[in-house]
This record gives sequence, structure tokens and C-alpha cells, in this order.
Amino acid sequence: MADDLKDTLSTAAPMQRRSLLKGTAGILAAGVFPAVHSADPIVLRYLGTAVNQDKAIGEKFEKDTGIKIQYVAVTTDDVTKRAVTAPNSFDLIDTEYFSLKNIVPTGNLKGIDTKRIKNADKITTLFTTGMVAGKAVGDQGTAPKKTIFLEGEKSKVFAKSPTQFMSIIPTVYNADTLGIRPDLIKRPISSWAELLNPEFKGKAAILNIPSIGIMDAAMVVEAMGIYKYPDKGNMTKKEIDLTIKTLIEAKKQGQFRSLWKDFNESVNLMASGEVVIQSMWSPAVTAVRTKGIACTFQPLKEGYRAWASGFGIPSTLSGRKLDGAYEFINWFLDGWAGAYLNRQGYYSAVLETAKAKMEAYEWAYWMEGKPATQDIKSPNGDVLAKKGEVRDGGSYEQRMGGIACWNAVMDENAYMVQKWNEFVAA
Amino acid sequence: MSAPSTPSLPAASAPGRSLAAWWQALPLTTVFVLFFLIPLALVLMVSFWDYNQYEMLPGFTFKNYISVFEGCLSRNEYGDLCVTVKTYLSTFKFCLLVWALTLVIGFTVSYFLAFHVKSSGMQVVLFVICTIPFWTSNVIRMIAWVPLLGRNGLVNDFLVRYGMVDQPVEWLLFSDFSVVLAFVHLFTTFMIVPIFNSMMRIDRSLIEAANDSGASGWQTLWNVIVPLCRTGIIIGSIFVITIVMGDFVTIGVMGGQQIASVGKIIQVQTSYLQFPLAAANAVVLLAIVLMIIWALTRMVDIRKEL
Repeated sequence: MADDLKDTLSTAAPMQRRSLLKGTAGILAAGVFPAVHSADPIVLRYLGTAVNQDKAIGEKFEKDTGIKIQYVAVTTDDVTKRAVTAPNSFDLIDTEYFSLKNIVPTGNLKGIDTKRIKNADKITTLFTTGMVAGKAVGDQGTAPKKTIFLEGEKSKVFAKSPTQFMSIIPTVYNADTLGIRPDLIKRPISSWAELLNPEFKGKAAILNIPSIGIMDAAMVVEAMGIYKYPDKGNMTKKEIDLTIKTLIEAKKQGQFRSLWKDFNESVNLMASGEVVIQSMWSPAVTAVRTKGIACTFQPLKEGYRAWASGFGIPSTLSGRKLDGAYEFINWFLDGWAGAYLNRQGYYSAVLETAKAKMEAYEWAYWMEGKPATQDIKSPNGDVLAKKGEVRDGGSYEQRMGGIACWNAVMDENAYMVQKWNEFVAA
Repeated sequence: MSAPSTPSLPAASAPGRSLAAWWQALPLTTVFVLFFLIPLALVLMVSFWDYNQYEMLPGFTFKNYISVFEGCLSRNEYGDLCVTVKTYLSTFKFCLLVWALTLVIGFTVSYFLAFHVKSSGMQVVLFVICTIPFWTSNVIRMIAWVPLLGRNGLVNDFLVRYGMVDQPVEWLLFSDFSVVLAFVHLFTTFMIVPIFNSMMRIDRSLIEAANDSGASGWQTLWNVIVPLCRTGIIIGSIFVITIVMGDFVTIGVMGGQQIASVGKIIQVQTSYLQFPLAAANAVVLLAIVLMIIWALTRMVDIRKEL
């Protein structure tokens, strides 16, 4: 899917240039010297994963401001790769907080001046102080509060306490857990340990993105009572060995039907019934449900593995494009996009502006964990929940308050990747 | 790809002509140098560099190569071979299976097309039909196997309904079987094209001569046709083997991402910015594939027979 998108994008660019040239030629022929520079629209190249690049958001933004968004869709790992190796190939980056540990030291991102972000002080405390409703949540792994602030605009190090400059402005985040097929499992599931339960031999799946998969595996190891990690998000070599060993043993017994890397693969596995329990992402659960197949994003007693992404600006961006990027970020936090994301089951960074753009019954279902008073629809009109249903995991406070760890980049990353390859080959 | 582009037989007779020949070779040589030799040299260079979390550190170290073969001298705690050796063995296994199957199927199809279909118009039509699998994207072709071979797929439905099995057959999908099936489906054409080409160039009177000398059908096939198709068979084999050695998408999708491939390891390493390590792996893979091709080209002088 990502490739197709890239293709259409790369063909779109020259087309535009051509029509622009034609237009310019026309104006010149008419003998009018054009003041085209101030008139041609700004186009922002938005690098990120396909999951976050919604067509409707780009269109609405262009309608509101006249600035065009050009999506460049790649995988999570490739976003980091591009940010590090080709920082001039985008004007706006949508990346995860854990990736920043690899990107910020290269100096390829500019600190974002929070004075230019209208709603900066309304960004939820989960990001700035790591608290939800006044209570601290789990901060194992790369919690956003560890990487959100920079020491200055051109800084390559993270600040320990809040500063004027943010590395990336949070846009969307969520807490992930296991997805299950309740109709095929037919009993309550309440622990991460169930992923490796022999009962589901040949019907389980785990995701094959090493840095995220290892976290899911660590949740399982802890839930099985094998070991308690001081910090799941920063394992020692011995802890990595132990975690991978557990996975390899399960694999050898035929526990996994498949591993998956792309969000669509996970939808397919679940919808076709090949797999009944697996690591999953919230939009994938939604996608299975819109096919009319029962699928639960099961809350588990050990808590959630959380992730968060945000917008960053490459350090070389300047002039009108820079202004455009700031305008986009401001627009994004202004409510419309936030409401759109909340309706998909994500959470938006500034809650109060999003609330203003949502119906009261929608807010009650998505954010307060109350039973739906009428059918809940996705932004494109599919029914996601019928009247009376309650969101999996409950309210915002319950779900985000239940965070146990965050997606992470470990100090022993290289070793971890090597061991993960061993698991795949086993 | 293995044939060097520089003219190997310089026309020594007329210096002017030789100059023209050099000019004619120039465009291809330029492309070859710019887009193949230089990148290859860079990969080789980077494979000796060091790296950290987010950047490559120029230097000269054998660390990456050592890391590729780490633990290969002894078996690990599960009694397994090291990742690299295991991965190559598994890839070789696929190579051998896919090569044998595509060869038999490809040869049979080509034989039918070349010797049994009499009208050349029909030959073209049937030949085009052979390329139909290439009309859709690689990924879609592979994904289409899931509803067919899955636990609730068509094949299992059929088997269960007619009582041939009690439980759905699990090894149809996400297994060695499905990987080989997808490979054969994808790459048989690469075998058909060169073999068909060789067969069409066989002088028909040779076959008549074989008949007249009293050779049976099988004898003609084995002693006349197969030897004359040698070039086609070798070219097809090179195609199939090189593609299977480097593939990671098909193995990934059809193997449920649970079967290792060298390409997959390299891809994971580049995703995690471990370019020097990935480069070292790529160099090892390249060396092995080149050795296979060298061995194959020893069997037949392709340039002479084309």
C-alpha cells in the first residue's frame, strides 16, 4: 500500500510542475509579468506512516488554509531511516517519540518554538510530566516526557526539565494491547501470558518489528512470572537473551501461526481466523470490526504498551515553508483533526479543542467510557459500535492510566536486533 | 548481468573502428560504472566501517564480518546452527526445490509450445498466457493465496466437506510448502522464456534425423533436445537461483514471516540503521551467488552459444 501511495505521489509532483510551467508560460505570453512567487501555494511534504496519513485531514487543511499536504508514506522504521539519511526529502515529519533517540543526535530536527504554538500549554500532561489525571503512569521505555524537550532550537540533546523548545509536537497516541477473536476463544482473557498459552498453539501472532515486538514479549514474560524487568524498555543483554529464549521456545512448539509487520497483515490474519490472539493496533481492530467480525482490543491486568507520535520540523526548513509547517501544527491542535482522530479510537494531544468539535454522545463513548447512547460511527460513516456498547478498556483515564511501558529504543539496540533475527530464523 | 560489458575482442585490424567500438561501448560502460560498480564499491567499503545507534563511523574493522559469523563454529544451547548458516541452508533448500520444479515445469511447457503447437500465431497466444501471472503486482499475487490455502480457505473447505480430512490442513499456508508454491508460480516464466528460445533455434531436421535413425521419443528428447537447450536451461537457472537467493518478500508473506531469509536479515538491519552490518551481509550473499553463477557458467559457455 505504501508503495502505491509513493508512486502516485511521485507522479503527482512532476504533473504539477508541468501545469505550473504551462500556467507561467501563459501569463508571460499575455505580457503580464507575474508576481507568481507570492501566489504559488505552499506544498508541504509530510513524511510518516500510512496509518496516520488520512486523506480527509490533508483535504480539510488545504481547504482551510490553502496549503497543500503531500503525503510520503513509509514504514515506522523507514521514517527514522529517512530522517537520518535524507533529511531534505521532507518538510514535516510524523514520527514516534522513541525514534527520537536515533534522530535528535544527528541534528536533523529543529527544536519547535512553543511560543509559536498556540495551544502548546494545553498539551496533555501525559507528554510533559507523564501524568494522567494527576497520577503518574508507567514510564518504562522511551516515555515521551524523556524526549519531548530540547535544550535549545539547535540542540542535539534532550532537556531534563521543560524548556521553550519541543523536539516534536504530540499529535496522536494510544495504548496497545492484545487483540482477540472473542467468538473463537469463547472465554475471558485477562493477561498477556495468554499469548503464549499452548491452548492457542498455531493460532497466535506477534508483530515482527523488533523494537515493538520485544516489548510485547517482555509483557508476556512478566505476566508468566518468569522474570520481572527493572526497565522493559532498556534491557540488559542477559534480559534480551531471556526474552528471546522464551519466544524461540514458543516458536519451536508451533505457537505462532505467523508474524506480521504491516498493519494490513494483522487485519487479514484476524479476519480470516488464521489467528485468534495477537499483538494488534487499535485501527486494525477497528478494521476487523467494520467487516462485521467480532474482535476485541482486550484490556489486560498487566497494563498497556503505549506509543505516541508527533510532528517534527527538519533543521534546514526556512521561510514560507517553515511558516507553513507551523501553521499546519497549529491547525492540527486546533480541534478538527483531534476530533477526527478521537473518532478513530486514537487520542489527540489537546483534548479540550477536540472536545469542542465532537458531539457530546461521541465524547462520552470515546473518552468517558460510557455506553453509547446512539450508534457510534467512524469518520467515514461505518458503524463501529451499536447503541449500548462500551469502549474496550473504558475511559481515557482508565486506558492511559493503565500504561505499563512505552515503545522504546534500547541502549543494546544492535544486540536486540541481532537476537530478534535469531528468533525469526529459529 | 555476469557478462562484462567491455568488448573482450578488440577489433585490432583498424584503429579507427576500434575507437568507434569504444565509443559505442561507452554509454553502457558509464551506466554500469555509475550505477553498479561505484555503489558496489561503496557497499564493500561500508562493510568495513563501524557504526553506532544513528550514524556510520568511517574506519576499518572486521567487526561486522565477525558478527555475521558469530557462533558459527559450535552449536548453540538448543543444538541449532548459527543464524547465518541456518539461514543460508534454508535458502539453499528453497533454491534447489524451486529450481528443480521450475525446470521440470518450464521445460515441459516450452517443449509443448515449441514442438506440439504448430501455428506460430497460436504459439504467441499461449506464450502470452504464460506471462499472465505478471500482470498483477507481486504482493497481490502472493496475498491471493491466503483465501485459497488458509485454515478457512477454499482448499481446506473442499477437503473437509468431502471428508478427506477431519481437521483443516495447517501446512498449506505459512509453511515451506506455501513458499515453494509461490516461488514456482512466480518464477516458472523465467525458465520458460530462455528454454523456449533455445528450442525454437533447434534445427527441425535434426529431430527428423534422430527419428530416421530409429531413436525413440525419449531418446530424441534426452540425446538431442536437452543438450541443445543447455544454454536456455543454464540462463533460466541463473535467473531463478539469483532471484530466490535474494528474495525476502515472498518468503516473508508466504512463510508467515517465520522463515528466515538473507534478504530479510539485511532489510531488518538497514531499518535499524546498521548499514555496515547489512553491507557485510550483502557482500557475503553476493560472493555466494557469484560462486554459484560461476559454477553454472563453467558448464556451458553462454557467450559462445548465444
